[in-house]
Amino acid sequence: MAIFVDKSTRVVVQGITGRDGAFHTQQMLAYGTKIVAGVTPGKGGTAMHGVPVFDSMEDAVAKTKGNTSVIYVPPQFAVDAIYEAAAAGVKLIVCITEGVPANDMLKVYHYLKSKGTRLIGPNCPGIISPGLSKVGIMPAQIHKKGTIGVVSRSGTLTYEVVYQLTQAGMGQSTCIGIGGDSVIGTSFIDCLEAFEKDPDTRAVVLIGEIGGSDEEMAAEFIKKQMKKPVVGFIAGRTAPSGKRMGHAGAIISGSSGLAADKIKALNAVGVPVADIPSQVPGLIAGLMKLKTPAKRKTALANHAAPAKSTKMAKKAVFGKKVAKRHVASVRKARRR
Amino acid sequence: MKIHEYQAKEIFAKFQIPIPKGEVTSSPDEARQIAVRYERPVMVKAQVHVGGRGKAGGIKYCKDPDETYFAAEEVLGMSIKGLAVKKVLVTDSVEIVNEAYVGVVLDRISKKPVIMVSPAGGIDIEEVARSTPEKIMKFGVDPIMGLRAFEATKLAMFVYRDFKLVRQAASIIGKLFNVFMECDASLAEINPLIVTRDGQLLALDAKIVLDDNALFRHPGLEALRDYESEDPDEMAAKKADLSFVKLDGTIGCCVNGAGLAMATMDLVKHFGGEPANFLDIGGSSSPEKVIAAMKIITGDPKVKIILFNIFGGITRCDDVADGIVKAVEMLRPRVPIVVRLTGTNEARAREILQSVGMQATSSMEEVVKMALRRAG
Repeated sequence: MAIFVDKSTRVVVQGITGRDGAFHTQQMLAYGTKIVAGVTPGKGGTAMHGVPVFDSMEDAVAKTKGNTSVIYVPPQFAVDAIYEAAAAGVKLIVCITEGVPANDMLKVYHYLKSKGTRLIGPNCPGIISPGLSKVGIMPAQIHKKGTIGVVSRSGTLTYEVVYQLTQAGMGQSTCIGIGGDSVIGTSFIDCLEAFEKDPDTRAVVLIGEIGGSDEEMAAEFIKKQMKKPVVGFIAGRTAPSGKRMGHAGAIISGSSGLAADKIKALNAVGVPVADIPSQVPGLIAGLMKLKTPAKRKTALANHAAPAKSTKMAKKAVFGKKVAKRHVASVRKARRR
Repeated sequence: MKIHEYQAKEIFAKFQIPIPKGEVTSSPDEARQIAVRYERPVMVKAQVHVGGRGKAGGIKYCKDPDETYFAAEEVLGMSIKGLAVKKVLVTDSVEIVNEAYVGVVLDRISKKPVIMVSPAGGIDIEEVARSTPEKIMKFGVDPIMGLRAFEATKLAMFVYRDFKLVRQAASIIGKLFNVFMECDASLAEINPLIVTRDGQLLALDAKIVLDDNALFRHPGLEALRDYESEDPDEMAAKKADLSFVKLDGTIGCCVNGAGLAMATMDLVKHFGGEPANFLDIGGSSSPEKVIAAMKIITGDPKVKIILFNIFGGITRCDDVADGIVKAVEMLRPRVPIVVRLTGTNEARAREILQSVGMQATSSMEEVVKMALRRAG
C-alpha cells in the first residue's frame, strides 16, 4: 500500500496534447502509470502516445473509468479544468499548473470539500508511489520503493531530499508535493494523517518553507495524533522579510511565516529539523531506533539521549554511510 | 503586486467607497496649484511602497498653498526606507472625530477571505492584534456564498454604536469585500476609516496588494505597476521569466526551483558564506534564461563567484550547460563559476561543459563548499 495513488489509480491527463502534457504522459507511461485517457477540447477521437483523447472529462471518465486526473493546462484554464474534473466524478485531482489565482482557489477548495474530492496542488510536482504509480513531473529514476513517506511544499528540493534518501538506501512509500501556492488543496496534515494510517510507511519527512503556518499546524497534529517518527527540513532560513521567494506562498509577512518559528514548533513536538538536506537520512535512522514518540521527544529535548542512539545507529540496517552521517550530525547537535 | 495609495483610492472610488478628494503629482508647483483650487488646508502624502510614512516625515499638514509647495518639495526629495519618493498625493485635510480599521485578507488556513474590523484605527493592526486582541473582530466569509448584508452589519456594530454610522460602515465593508474579490487582491485595507465632524465615514488611507497570479485577467491593474518603485534587477528578472531577490552577500546563486534555491542560500550561510541573491530559473530552462540570469548576477559588483545548483526534472541539465557555455562566451564574466548538475540529461551536460574545460559536481554540499573556497 501507499497513500493516494497506487496500482488502482487510473489517470486522465487534462491538457494531454500540450507540450508539457504530452511529454509527461510519455514519462508516466514509461514508469508504468495506468493512463486511461486524455482530454483536450476539440481533439476528441485522436490519440496521444497510444492514449485515447476525449473532448471532455465527462466523456473520458464515462468511457474509461478514470478515477484520477492530472492537470497540465495553462493557468488561465486550470481552475475550470479542476471544476470539470470534480464534476466528472474523479476522486483525486493533481494540478501541476503554476500561476493559478488565489481567490479562485478559495472557491475551488470549498466546492471540492463539499464533493469529497481531493486536490493536490496547484503549483506542485505531483505524487509518486515508487513502483506503483507516478502522477506528476518528478524524475522517476531518483525514487526507490520503501517505507519513508515524503511530503513537501517544493519541487526540486523534494528531489534533492529523495535523492539523499535513495542514496542512503532508504526507499519511499509515497512522495507528495503539496504545492508552493498560498491556497492549496491538500495540507501537510492531510498527508500526515494518511501516512500515519498507511501500514507501509514507517517514518515521514516533512519539507516546509517560509510563509503561512502550515508547518506549525502540522506540529500540533503530530503532537496529538502521530506515533510514527517525523523528520523535518525548512527552507528559507536566510530569506528576507516581505519578499516573495519564487513560490506565491513563500513570503514572510511582518513577523509571521519565519523559518525559525516553524523549526521551533516542530522541535517542540519531538520532530528534529535537519540543518542541511544531507542530514535527513541520519536523523531518520536515529529516530527509528527510538520506538515511542515520548522517547523521541525526550531524545530531542536533552542531547544526552541521541548519544545512545549514536551507538545504535552504527548497527542500523541502513548501512555504514548513513550511520556515519548520523554520528556526525548527532555530534554536531551535541556541540550546540 | 503593491500599488500606491492614490491608485488604491482610484479603485475605491470606482467601487463607491467614500474618499477625501485628492490629486497626485510629482511637482511642487502643481501641488501648490492643487492647494489653491481646494481653498482649504491639505495633506501632502509620500507615495512609496513602504509602511511608516508618517513616522518618517512623509506625510505633512499644510495650511496654505505656499506651505504645500515647500512640503511637496521636501517630501519629493526624501527617501523612505531606501525608496526615493517620486510622487505625492495632495489631499483635502479633514477633521477627524474617530478612527477605525477595516481590512480584508486571504486566510491560508481556513481558505477564506477574512474581514477584520477594529475601533482602534490609525495604528498598525499587527500591533493591535498583539497588545489588545479583544479590540479586533474577525469574520471568515464563505467564498462561494459571498458576504451577506447581515454579516457586514454585525461587523459594523462591533465598531460603531450609532446606527447612522453602522449603516455607512456596513456598506463600506461590503464594498471593500467586493474590491478584494473582483480585483483579485490578497489584501484590501482602510486604515484609518474616519468619522468626520458632519458624521460621514471616509477612507483616509487605502492599501491594496494584488495577486500576481491574477494580473493576466486585469490588464487595467497591471498597468498600475510603478516600474520606478521596483528593483531594476527584479524587473529585468521578471521580464526574462525568472524569480530574483537581491541579498547582501558575495555568492551569486542560480538554481532551478524555489525551494531548492532557498535551501541553497541556507547552505551557503550554513557553511559560513553569504548569498548574494535568490534566483530561480524556473522549470523550462532555455539557454536564454541562463544568460539573462548570469547577466543579472554579474551586474552586482559584490559577487565573487557564481554557483549553479541544478536538479534536473522538467529542467534539462544539458539546456542549462548550453546556457552556461553561451553566457560565458557572451558575457566573459569576471568571476569564476562552479556547477552542480544532477538529473535529466546529466551526462550530456557534463560533456558540454567538459568541451570548454569546465567541471560539474553532482553534490549540492560539495558545490557550495567549492564556491566558498574559491570566493575566499
